[in-house]
Amino acid sequence: MHRAESSYLTEGSTLASWLTTHDHKRIAILYAVAITFFFFLGGIAAALIRLELATPHGDLMSADTYNKTFTFHGVVMVWFFLIPSIPNTLGNFLLPLMIGARDVAFPRLNLFSWYLYLLGGLFTVTCLLLGGVDTGWTFYTPFSTLFSNTHVVLAVVGVFIVGFSSILTGLNFIVTIHTLRTEGMTWLRLPLFVWSMYGVSLVMMLATPVLAMTLSLLAIERLTGVGIFDPSLGGDPLLFQHFFWFYSHPAVYIMVLPSMGVVSELITASVRRKIFGYRFMVYSIIGIAVVGFLVWGHHMFVAGQSMYASIVFSILSFIIAVPSAIKVFNWTATLYKGDITFGAPMIYALGFVGLFMLGGLTGLFLAATALDVNLTDTYFVVAHFHYIMVGGAVMAYLGGIHFWWPKITGRLYSEGWARFAAILMFLGFNLTFFPQFLAGAEGMPRRYYRYPDEYALLNVLSSAGAVLLAASYLLPVGYLLWSMRFGERAGPDPWGAKGLEWETASPPPSHNFERPPVVTDGPYAYVHP
Amino acid sequence: MSGLPEASSFAGRVDGLFFAMLVLSAVVMLAVFVTMTVFAVRFRRGRNVDRSGESHRDLGIELTWTLIPFALFVGIFAWSIHLWIDMRTPPADAETIYVVGKQWMWEFQHPGGQREINTLHVATGHPVRLVMTSQDVIHDLSVPAFRVKQDILPGRYTDLWFTATRPGTYDLFCAEYCGTDHSRMGGSVVVETPAAHARWLAAHASGSLAERGRTLFTRYGCAGCHDAGSSVHAPRLEGLYGSTVPLADGRQVTADERYLHDSIVLPAEEVAAGYAPIMPSYKDRIDEADILALIAYLKIRGTERESPHAPR
Amino acid sequence: MPEPASPFDDLAQQHEAAQLGMWAFLATEILFFGVLFTGYTVMRLLWPDAFVAGSRHTDLPLGAIETGVLLTSSFTAAWALQAVKRSRPREAGWLLLFTATMGVAFLGIHGAEYRHDYLSGVIPGIRYDEVGDNAPREALFFVLYYVTTGFHALHVLIGVVLLCILARLAFRGDFLPENHAPLEVGTLYWHLVDIVWIFVFPLYYQVGRA
Repeated sequence: MHRAESSYLTEGSTLASWLTTHDHKRIAILYAVAITFFFFLGGIAAALIRLELATPHGDLMSADTYNKTFTFHGVVMVWFFLIPSIPNTLGNFLLPLMIGARDVAFPRLNLFSWYLYLLGGLFTVTCLLLGGVDTGWTFYTPFSTLFSNTHVVLAVVGVFIVGFSSILTGLNFIVTIHTLRTEGMTWLRLPLFVWSMYGVSLVMMLATPVLAMTLSLLAIERLTGVGIFDPSLGGDPLLFQHFFWFYSHPAVYIMVLPSMGVVSELITASVRRKIFGYRFMVYSIIGIAVVGFLVWGHHMFVAGQSMYASIVFSILSFIIAVPSAIKVFNWTATLYKGDITFGAPMIYALGFVGLFMLGGLTGLFLAATALDVNLTDTYFVVAHFHYIMVGGAVMAYLGGIHFWWPKITGRLYSEGWARFAAILMFLGFNLTFFPQFLAGAEGMPRRYYRYPDEYALLNVLSSAGAVLLAASYLLPVGYLLWSMRFGERAGPDPWGAKGLEWETASPPPSHNFERPPVVTDGPYAYVHP
Repeated sequence: MSGLPEASSFAGRVDGLFFAMLVLSAVVMLAVFVTMTVFAVRFRRGRNVDRSGESHRDLGIELTWTLIPFALFVGIFAWSIHLWIDMRTPPADAETIYVVGKQWMWEFQHPGGQREINTLHVATGHPVRLVMTSQDVIHDLSVPAFRVKQDILPGRYTDLWFTATRPGTYDLFCAEYCGTDHSRMGGSVVVETPAAHARWLAAHASGSLAERGRTLFTRYGCAGCHDAGSSVHAPRLEGLYGSTVPLADGRQVTADERYLHDSIVLPAEEVAAGYAPIMPSYKDRIDEADILALIAYLKIRGTERESPHAPR
Repeated sequence: MPEPASPFDDLAQQHEAAQLGMWAFLATEILFFGVLFTGYTVMRLLWPDAFVAGSRHTDLPLGAIETGVLLTSSFTAAWALQAVKRSRPREAGWLLLFTATMGVAFLGIHGAEYRHDYLSGVIPGIRYDEVGDNAPREALFFVLYYVTTGFHALHVLIGVVLLCILARLAFRGDFLPENHAPLEVGTLYWHLVDIVWIFVFPLYYQVGRA
């Protein structure tokens, strides 16, 4: 192999060639750069939060600054990191490769989505620079419409725009999966990652419009002083919460479904076996995507909705845990009779399963109305969703980045550093967030910048864990960038993994495959002795 | 919740469910972790073990670990709902305390007229129902030691109830983010023995809430139309509370706290049948605490409880 | 024969992708409007009288004319598609121009309605002269009315631009009986605009007038 070999990376090296590219692989890189920026921006906010909470007295910043900090952390992490993270980077890069296509169905639309993402980000950063917003990422009315004195409209417009980026990506993926599968790639031969992209695209497409329109109504209400969420006119602030969670609960599945897809790929490749129960894995992805639309009310058990509504939302929330349980059991069973290696991707994947399971089980506590009354709006909830979103989604994202790094860059990263970072992340994460379960179970409310002394010890532990966690996020930036220049060159398939993406060069040529591949077998065609 | 006192009749039951789920979760976690570890060690690369054969594609296995969790979940759901319906159903003899939340303080009004800011005194052994509303944004009254929590909304009443069981002073938090001083919008609940509570009530008596309401009834000019001698054709309010009111548009409503509240601030919405909608709105002219006092008065107006003593 | 665009193997595949993409887009549109219609339903159930009172300010005859205009335009759009399928591209071009003109007429009539609303002071937040106890709740009706019709008008505007482009393509002879994906997608969009109006009209113009 010599340097002159042409790949998507050598197609052009000018900035303009990147900013006007229609190549899904290059757009994936554009997203990765932008998303990493926002991840660290949100991470700085998280660090400030943990620093403030290291003491109970609220002595680092003012109450208003703290409120703006956690709002910014939430807005950035949810809309500018977690939701686009796996779909727009790994999804963009891998989806066409995995189904044997040359590109996504609408390449120009794909690039346009990236610019929308940037534009939305620009509004959000502008909002920060002008002084920020203090409503919490949930923008609850009437606080956000009538009482907050901060830049609510700017923040809302940013989220509104990035929502369109999400909708267009979802639409693009759905059409791609439907129309561009290569010869022989039938629906039940799709890798689970593709299925997870299908599920997540459905949710992005069908839930995000509700958020966009709701936020428009909110902005109009704030600007004109008249709107349907204003109780003093006879409007209903709970209606806002219903609309908001109709989007935002499915949004949780936007964050976690792709992780499940990534982890299925990571585990099968490290175990060298077919996934256990492929069909059930597919059904559970679709099940989660669909039932995910019907459980939003479990965020509102104490909000004042009717008792009967809560009963229905409670049982549906238990039901949606079933497909998640199926996935955990199937991943475990996949290990049986495997030929298991423990590279960094596998460590991330196993870490994901553990943290996701704890996050999921504590979710059952919150689905149980009688317990939710006590636990909701406390740090128990904060810990729960960080286990799913950070322990789950971020672990899977980084695991996926490592696993496909040789494919994306053509280079191998340092295995030792990568394993160290993965283990450090697992430990740091648990030290940060496990104490928050305990604080929450003892009643510590969320969004408090000062708190009673009895919660001090748990918060100190949590802040200490955050230091480890921050280090484990910075490490990969170092050794991954280093590997791009100095890493060992990777062949087409350094892991001996199965899947169409491993059948082309690393990094792949611009048109992905020398000739369109023909599929004759199901996914994960590892030879079992 | 080991560090949290159990200070209400719910606390033990809630904790029972909590610990049951904790044990169940621990068992599931342990089972999966042990299985994973065993597989991971036994089938790691380089070990000479039997790896032959396809994976089980047994429908039975999949259905087992689909249906068993499902059955367990339904069981937990039933347990939780049973408890929760109790938590949402205040007993008829509960004492009603009115609560107004505003940025960033709590105001409590006892039926005996005692008013408190950020501290709530209650007695052990007697059910207490809090009827709550907000003057501005959404708040949430949370007393972890009682295991109760309820959002408080502007423009409507929500309620929660509890029976305190153990004397002491417990944290009271605002649990729904409400702006700058959200984390200072707290206070405490002081639980006393019935005797001590009676002494406290007596020491802080200042005319009952209903009596304050009667004063307000005159001060806001309600009496001008609604008193028996008035020349204005306005509904009589004696014995109104709890009765069924036929409305001008043909509907019927129960005259509960919500109806009385809305009739004061939005009189045009639910006009009693047979009356012209001439009452002006008192929105923005009366605060929520005064409305609650008026409601307390309307509840007893026209009953023998109205004038146990001679009017002052 | 025109070449398929980059990721596609053949025109049939490209056509299928374009159609599926448009249907997916229409699904998102339904959810956009779905929020407004849900908000409408909740508010109307809460305040039926205010909605009747608010609706009296809308102009039923003008609304009916607008409905007629849009229905006609939907018909001519469908006709244009048929014309292309029968190899009559010039006819299609004129029909598309006519459809676009109808769209402009719709916007014009609606603009006149807004102007009239402004003069009679029923635009909350800008000029609102309603008084009485019901005025605040009537404002809820008007907010929904302007957001819904405004959002719909935005769609009409985009549709007019699309129709003009399609007309140009038709005159240029780009549409063949076996290959006219942009036209199919464009007319599909125009029908959506029409269908949304079919819901808007009775909900906002005919409350309490049944």
